[in-house]
Amino acid sequence: MSQDIYILAVLDGLSYAALLFLVALGMTLVFGVMNIVNMAHGSFYALGGYMAATLGLWATAHGASPAWSLLILPLAAIIVGCVFGALMETSLMQHIYNKDPILQLLITFSAFMIFEDLQRLVWGTQPYFVSDIVNYLGTADILGITYTRYQLMVVPGVALVVFVALRSFLKLSSIGRQIVAVSHNREISTALGINVKRISLLTFVVGSILGALAGALASPTVSWVPGIGGEMIVLSFAVVATAGLGQIEGALVAAILIGLARSFTVYLLPELEVLIPFLIMVLVLLFRPQGLFSVAQSRRV
Amino acid sequence: MNRAKIVVILLALVALLLPVALPWIKTPLILGTAFGIAALGISILIISGQISFGHAMFVCAGGYAVAFVSRQWPHLDSAWLLAVGATTGVILGIVVGSFVVRYRAIFFGMLNLALSMVLFAALGKFFNLTGGTDGLRLERAPFFGMNLERDAFESVLLVVGVALALLSGWLVQRYLRSVAGQALSAIKTNETRLEYVGISAYQTLWIGYIISATLCGLSGAIFAIAQGLVTPEMGYWVRSGEIVFVAILGGVGHPVGAFIGAGIFEFVKLFAAAYLTGAWQMVLGFVLIAMVFLAPRGISAMLEQRTTSKREDV
Repeated sequence: MSQDIYILAVLDGLSYAALLFLVALGMTLVFGVMNIVNMAHGSFYALGGYMAATLGLWATAHGASPAWSLLILPLAAIIVGCVFGALMETSLMQHIYNKDPILQLLITFSAFMIFEDLQRLVWGTQPYFVSDIVNYLGTADILGITYTRYQLMVVPGVALVVFVALRSFLKLSSIGRQIVAVSHNREISTALGINVKRISLLTFVVGSILGALAGALASPTVSWVPGIGGEMIVLSFAVVATAGLGQIEGALVAAILIGLARSFTVYLLPELEVLIPFLIMVLVLLFRPQGLFSVAQSRRV
Repeated sequence: MNRAKIVVILLALVALLLPVALPWIKTPLILGTAFGIAALGISILIISGQISFGHAMFVCAGGYAVAFVSRQWPHLDSAWLLAVGATTGVILGIVVGSFVVRYRAIFFGMLNLALSMVLFAALGKFFNLTGGTDGLRLERAPFFGMNLERDAFESVLLVVGVALALLSGWLVQRYLRSVAGQALSAIKTNETRLEYVGISAYQTLWIGYIISATLCGLSGAIFAIAQGLVTPEMGYWVRSGEIVFVAILGGVGHPVGAFIGAGIFEFVKLFAAAYLTGAWQMVLGFVLIAMVFLAPRGISAMLEQRTTSKREDV
């Protein structure tokens, strides 16, 4: 029996880590290019979930098979990223690159407050729970545990595909290499003829889509309530800070670490559930203030 | 006499005399004063170039400390309860500060936010001790040895609140003009140079952090005594956002800014909240964005600008 709990905790942890990783990936990507941590990033997660639930309900009402969800979920993420992400980048982020860091923080925090109320106005306060896809895909037996196929394969699978795709995109494609260049040095990139403005917009939209995708993927497994974005922003920041800001591979490791630790506490010490991610972050930051995987940076005096 | 001083006197007089004409405004004024004291605490950190999205935890902790003490000893004087709130702020500020002042910018803001969320969750979870999300009620305690009716009690609390606001504003101004305060603003301009001069940035920011936590604890005590109720909501991140909002709106150039900001905030809340219950945060967000783009130094900067431009003329 107790062994079952451990296996269950590992499966839960990995599935949760996949979501955390996607959100953290978007956040760390945006930070890398813009040097701004977007406090409204959790809102994209929440919006992605709401959008997926709405589209899912609409599809069911029109008699579509739940299998369509596999298309609807990424579609919802892309809509959220292209609408809200692009809107935020063009109306706010573009104008604050040269501002005081404290003002940049305030701007993204304001955007967070606005998005929080926007969700409440559009989707109300009642919980949304559209889990047709989970039931449709059914369950699988693994090591004597019955677990939903959706959480076992779809969620971690998408995260892995995104990770590999993004890495090769950044390494191999021309635009990807431009993104890396801008993240190293904005000014020199501009001098080299890179359209930094376009790259920033693109990165921000991609980052927002990643956050929204995590929300869309999570929405069939948990009931979607207001305030979910606020929790996610802090958790994904814990992942990003543990890994080191701007570290993509590091974020994967940190997400798995925090995801597993969290699910084990849920089963073994449920009172400490909220504490564990921060405890890990605090412990890491105590010994490595720049995160686990960051490389040394020169300080500008 | 400069403009800032005139505004301080005007503000204090309005706060004390307005309830004579409009008795219902007494409670909003007390809450506004408490908000201003908390925002004053935040403005100290803003001067050092740091921003905390979790300072409502000190307000909340101060309030809960008052509630615990007052339920244990119901006849303890309210003046002592105020001291309990401030002391809680000091102790918690020392403990939390010793850790978070090692970090800057987003790390500083996020660590504070994370800690405040932990406190918020813990208060909701440990039902037996904290009353869960319903919070704790506290009886009206005597004030300066007098057992007062609700109305008289609030009058005394308002006067004490305004006196505390004036006192803390004056002390903060003294502090900011001292060596420790000047070093604090140097953390924003250039921390490395500060260290070269031989002043510890860690210690400087720690002192600032403790002072800000103390003010927030005191503010929490006023909230708790005024409302007779403490809930975990006091420590919710939205509350932290509101404190930051008040500080930015008023501006950090002069301590009076925090109270101007709090006054406007309570005023707008009083009238707008009735029509915009669902969109309150949204309004705050838009105003904050407008402030950052149009007047990043806040309203109190207008008081200063005249004096500096005059100096330039001469």
